[in-house]
Amino acid sequence: METLLALLVIPLLGGLSLWALGEHERAPEANSLFSLATLVASLFLTGQVISEGPVMGVYEQFSVDPLNVFLVTLTAFVAFTTSLFSRPYMRTERDKGRMTPGRLRLYHSMYQVFTFTMLLALTTNNMGILWVAMEAATLATVLLVSVYRTAASLEAAWKYFILCGVGIAQALFGTILLYFAAERVLGAEGNALLWTHLDGVKAQLEPAIMKLAFVFLLVGYGTKVGLVPLHNWLPDAHAEGPTPISAVLSGLLLNVALYSIIRCKVLADGALDSRFAGNMMMGFGLLSVVVAAFFLSRQRDIKRMFAYSSIEHMGLMTFAFGMGGPIANFAGLLHMTVHSLVKSAIFFAVGHAAQKAGTQLMDDIRGLLKTNPTIGWGLLIGTFAIVGMPPFGVFASEFLILTTAMREHPWATPFLLVALGVGFAAIFGRVQPMVFGDSRLPRLAHQPALTPVFVHLGLGLLLGLYIPPYLAAWYAQAAKLIG
Amino acid sequence: MMAPLAGQVVNLFAAVLLLIAFAMLSQRRIVALINLFALQGAALVGSTATVAFATGQKHLYYSAAITLVLKVLILPWLLHRLIRRLNVKWDIETLINIPTMMLVGILLVIFAFNLALPISEFSQSIARGTLGIALACVLLSFLMMITRSKAVPQVIGFLSMENGLFFAATSATYGMPMVVELGIALDVLVGMVILGVFLFQIREQFDSLDIHHLEKLRED
Repeated sequence: METLLALLVIPLLGGLSLWALGEHERAPEANSLFSLATLVASLFLTGQVISEGPVMGVYEQFSVDPLNVFLVTLTAFVAFTTSLFSRPYMRTERDKGRMTPGRLRLYHSMYQVFTFTMLLALTTNNMGILWVAMEAATLATVLLVSVYRTAASLEAAWKYFILCGVGIAQALFGTILLYFAAERVLGAEGNALLWTHLDGVKAQLEPAIMKLAFVFLLVGYGTKVGLVPLHNWLPDAHAEGPTPISAVLSGLLLNVALYSIIRCKVLADGALDSRFAGNMMMGFGLLSVVVAAFFLSRQRDIKRMFAYSSIEHMGLMTFAFGMGGPIANFAGLLHMTVHSLVKSAIFFAVGHAAQKAGTQLMDDIRGLLKTNPTIGWGLLIGTFAIVGMPPFGVFASEFLILTTAMREHPWATPFLLVALGVGFAAIFGRVQPMVFGDSRLPRLAHQPALTPVFVHLGLGLLLGLYIPPYLAAWYAQAAKLIG
Repeated sequence: MMAPLAGQVVNLFAAVLLLIAFAMLSQRRIVALINLFALQGAALVGSTATVAFATGQKHLYYSAAITLVLKVLILPWLLHRLIRRLNVKWDIETLINIPTMMLVGILLVIFAFNLALPISEFSQSIARGTLGIALACVLLSFLMMITRSKAVPQVIGFLSMENGLFFAATSATYGMPMVVELGIALDVLVGMVILGVFLFQIREQFDSLDIHHLEKLRED
């Protein structure tokens, strides 16, 4: 209970104090320190959940069960490593004159506020507060996307704001309908939106209302997941904002949005007695995988390309959770973890590479292995991992998803295989000339932070080779919870 | 005796709300648009207070008060201040095809009623007939956002969509739990402030608030 509160209070306090502190030479370190403290709190919380079972707090307004506790740890971990990466990255940006003291202050403060909204969305038990936290996450990041004040970044931020705003408004309507259905069973009081209460009575919720509610919730939160055709904001926001923000958008925000959909699906499944919710998710997921794969090959901006790859992977996870069942859910959760780790590692490497080359256009980035071998290797290994080469974790989860699809929905397998193949060829074909070849680019002034890259990739590799038994048990428990 | 009359009054407010949504759709002056938005907020306060009075739901009074402060006073004031400082106060937007837009709007209303009808039958609220109107208001605001090419009217469309959602919450149920309503109000307020900052950034960059400048990022 105290750890849970600490987990939420630390980043909030961090955001406020970094704003109050103003721009300071040591602000990046303070930012990392707050993130580290959050990570420590999340580890304590995890220990508590493993030893004592689900934790509830503040009149049941918060609840941590096996499903969200692993996402809490993942979120805190990626937020911490990204803050490490952002130290040299932001110093270089400052030296280039792209970040002024005022912008850096905004960046550090909002970074912590964003972490807070993510953790709030994950730990809250109240479906209404979940909505509030998701909207707050957009608000916290929109000014970061436009922080460079270029024409393109302003456009990206405007799109992000309006599209996600409209999307999330649909989710609010869905939440209202959910409350409407719940009120008939649980009575009009504050508890009718608490997920644990809803879960207990889900079989009694009115199916006609729940069906409509789920459609609105899926479209609403699906906009934030970046599901096709609601994905338009995603590549722009990833490409035009600072790279640490791209990393946390891909690594955290998309996961948390998908988590919200999963919570809603559990309720809809219980009420509906049919595969309606799962089928909707499979449809959106499959469409996202296929469309994103074909857009991948047409990209020229490196961050845009990996943003489309995020859409592809989020689609694959949505498809997996749509299929349901213990194996597909297990694979979906594993994929969530490894995708977060590997994609953020790639963005770290890409960020440094783009800074070095002074451009994000892939045609102008060459010969990374020669001038900066560690960045080059990071990008190359990250690419291997993300396209699903064995023995990385992405391979394991994709393999599980594909075999389950073959068994249960054979019609979908060719689409998935073709899309993954096209994605593989597109990404690999683009990255290969950037890594190999010759280049005379100068070295970076600030020592790039590459430890996070290799730590993430190492974990991604580890999860492909060997999943520790307690982690497997944990995934299995969470998969059972989703049903 | 009380409930039928209150139901009638709520229906009246709902009709006013829908009318205002149509008026916003065809309004070309930014100043008038802001006033319409404030008026919409006032209608919302009226209907919420009526439901609160008829059913004795205490917390609905609070949410009516929040709506009054936020949507009738603070947001219109912020918007007026914003357009004065951005110097777009007397801007007139050229809207093409207002009759067509009205027709599309009517179709949206029919669609919304069809969607809401089977569901509103489950409601015990005195305002259950108005769920369709609430959904129609949301869709009309959505239409307004799509058809506008200036930033401020788009923002007003966004805010009026939130009004429609709020109305849905009071008409289907007796309002959301208080903590959620406070959270939503906070989000709307913070969002408005951020948008204000953002509009200045856009103006600084493009010397105009025309969204057409923001259509460069495309797939090639």
